[in-house]
Amino acid sequence: MTKIKCLAMSSVFALCASAALANDTITVAIQLEPPNLDPTGGAAQAIDSVLYSNVFEGLTRFMADGSVVPGLAERWDISEDGLTYTFHLHSGVTFHDGTTMDAEDVKFSLDRARADDSTNAQKGLFAGITDVTVVDPQTARVTLDKPNGMFLFNMAWGDAVIVAPESIENIAANPIGTGAFAFADWVQGDRLELTRNPDYWGDAPALASATFRFISDPTAAFAAVMAEDVDVFVGFPAPENLPQFEADPRFQVLVGNTEGETILSTNNKMPPFDNVMVRKALAHAIDRQAIIDGAMFGYGTPIGTHFAPHNPDYVDLLANSAYDPEKARALLAEAGFPNGFTTTLKLPPPSYARRGGEIIASQLRDVGIETEITNLEWAQWIEEVFKSKDFGLSIVSHTEPMDISIYANPDYYFQYDSPAFRAVMTQLEGTTNPIARTALLQAAQRIIADDYVNGYLFELAVATVAKAGINGLWLNQPTAAVDLTGVSWSE
Amino acid sequence: MSRSLIIGLYLTAFFITLAAVSLVWTPYDIQSLDIPNKLHRPDGTHLLGTDHFGRDILSMIMMGARTSIAVAVVAVGIGMALGVPLGLLAAARRGSLLDEIIMRGNDLVFAFPSLVIAILITAVFGASAVNAIIAIGIFNVPVFARLTRGAALPLWERDFILAARVCGKSAFRISCEHILPNITNLMIVQGTIQFSLGILAEAALSYIGLGAQPPTASWGRMLADAQTLVSIAPHTALIPGFAIVLTVLGLNLLGDGLRDWLDPRIRVVRT
Repeated sequence: MTKIKCLAMSSVFALCASAALANDTITVAIQLEPPNLDPTGGAAQAIDSVLYSNVFEGLTRFMADGSVVPGLAERWDISEDGLTYTFHLHSGVTFHDGTTMDAEDVKFSLDRARADDSTNAQKGLFAGITDVTVVDPQTARVTLDKPNGMFLFNMAWGDAVIVAPESIENIAANPIGTGAFAFADWVQGDRLELTRNPDYWGDAPALASATFRFISDPTAAFAAVMAEDVDVFVGFPAPENLPQFEADPRFQVLVGNTEGETILSTNNKMPPFDNVMVRKALAHAIDRQAIIDGAMFGYGTPIGTHFAPHNPDYVDLLANSAYDPEKARALLAEAGFPNGFTTTLKLPPPSYARRGGEIIASQLRDVGIETEITNLEWAQWIEEVFKSKDFGLSIVSHTEPMDISIYANPDYYFQYDSPAFRAVMTQLEGTTNPIARTALLQAAQRIIADDYVNGYLFELAVATVAKAGINGLWLNQPTAAVDLTGVSWSE
Repeated sequence: MSRSLIIGLYLTAFFITLAAVSLVWTPYDIQSLDIPNKLHRPDGTHLLGTDHFGRDILSMIMMGARTSIAVAVVAVGIGMALGVPLGLLAAARRGSLLDEIIMRGNDLVFAFPSLVIAILITAVFGASAVNAIIAIGIFNVPVFARLTRGAALPLWERDFILAARVCGKSAFRISCEHILPNITNLMIVQGTIQFSLGILAEAALSYIGLGAQPPTASWGRMLADAQTLVSIAPHTALIPGFAIVLTVLGLNLLGDGLRDWLDPRIRVVRT
């Protein structure tokens, strides 16, 4: 009898042990697979989704709420004139290959990112840096050409992480950073594995290992989560399925905001869109709520300008382009198109674009504008719309944080050319006073809203579907990241 | 007439009627969306319910029938218009180098998996209903060419053809005046089968986004749109699915029935 009890007990222990084992690993699904693993060289968001904070860290970093806090730099001093930043680095930080992270690596990383031949996707982040010097192994000094109120924010980006000269050659296939997780394996087209970094300088993560999977098809995504093949899906692609997960006690659904301004991109150089009246007519022809309800099943916040509504500096300019088809028709007539016109509407794959496109086409038809819809894959979209600017209208979500500055670039694919806007942006770059910055940012938002540069639709929501026992996931996406350092399973 | 022929006729006639009616009238305008009323179950106002944009599914099915039938008719038309003359020519010049070139060319086209090539064509030249028609049409050519040649060859050995030749008729005139009328039945039957395959191909291409583009209604795209909605609004997937199944079934039954009815040899066995 006792023997049997003993056996029973031990098997219970064995069960517990295996359960405990299973509870320090996680399988995370995201939609797109990274094309390479170099966040300082590639533009793809998926690179940051997998590696940001997990494998690579910068001098500063974003927290889940979007705030910027110290990262590899423990603290910093800013000179009186705002031109010199002295970063004091954490001591005892090593890269995953065992080499030490010191001021030399900081200098190397920043110099590499801002070099003329740099392939960094966000070179603008480093544009103001004139010099990086090594004061001592734990101290690096960065000098700017003019004060930059965004500098610490810029250094938190995934494109500004610290890399080592020793491992830079193979970074695209074998990323070596300082993060709480080390890169373990990447089976292209299938999965990417991370394991806990035992020598991590900060708090050890609760998870021993993590596997990323890449599922872009909404039906496959639904099946994978339902079958519990994945523990977490960050950026679940089918909003229509979320109520089902919410009703299922096995899962939790987190719907947060992103930095993704979803816009009806308008080719400002292509007639008739070079006429502000036509663009204004477009803006009034669009019923945002119908698009949010129809394409996103209600998930999303309407925007009236290119700015994130959860940002304290956001100005509500929705009234500026309220849905008013009568007014749109009148404006079109006034602009010389009483019978409307025909244009192209080129749509990338995400459902906000494909479904949103059909809704917008129908709304534009109501005011007399006919659209020819073309569905494009991402590579084609980049080529035709983004690079060749061969489009009339398109729909895309601009997911970079604080990216209103893209309107200052007349060569950017929607080709908005406004000296007034550029002047505001130049002024903003040199302003560090928070109140003055707010005023300038709001002025910038008003200019692009009054010029009706693009149709401003809604701020993209991000849905994370996770198993019920998982804690510590980010609700919002202040930057593209699946930060696993704080993630754990409840007991 | 056999039972399968009658059922096939009814089903086919039903969908052709739907398509024909859609030319002048549909219950609702499918181009105007009604998002507050999306995903309604079938009821009195919307006989077959509404889709994810609040469009009336019955109207979509009617417009989709038109797309399917138009694509399939033209595709079969291309196949017949090119395939039958090629087959007649090959049969008239049987054994010659020309015959060899034509038939090996057909084998070459046949050797490609048709849907894959259709995908390639639409991917290269752009997704549209016209390109889908051309892609599907090309693969109908060898089907008709082979059938025509195969049916024409034994005819060339028959005495009435010999008589025609003795009268001094050219091969061209013999093909048109004597061979063609004798293989028409066969072509009609094969045309029906190819027609159903054409509808399937159009649905498949539209399903993967390479067929008719929005806002043109298409059964295949209705299915694709409904894919993630199966669990919350099953009717959005079931209805276009049934439309495809019933149409293809109807055409196949019609084809089978027509063959039995038109082929005198089989009729003799039956009676």
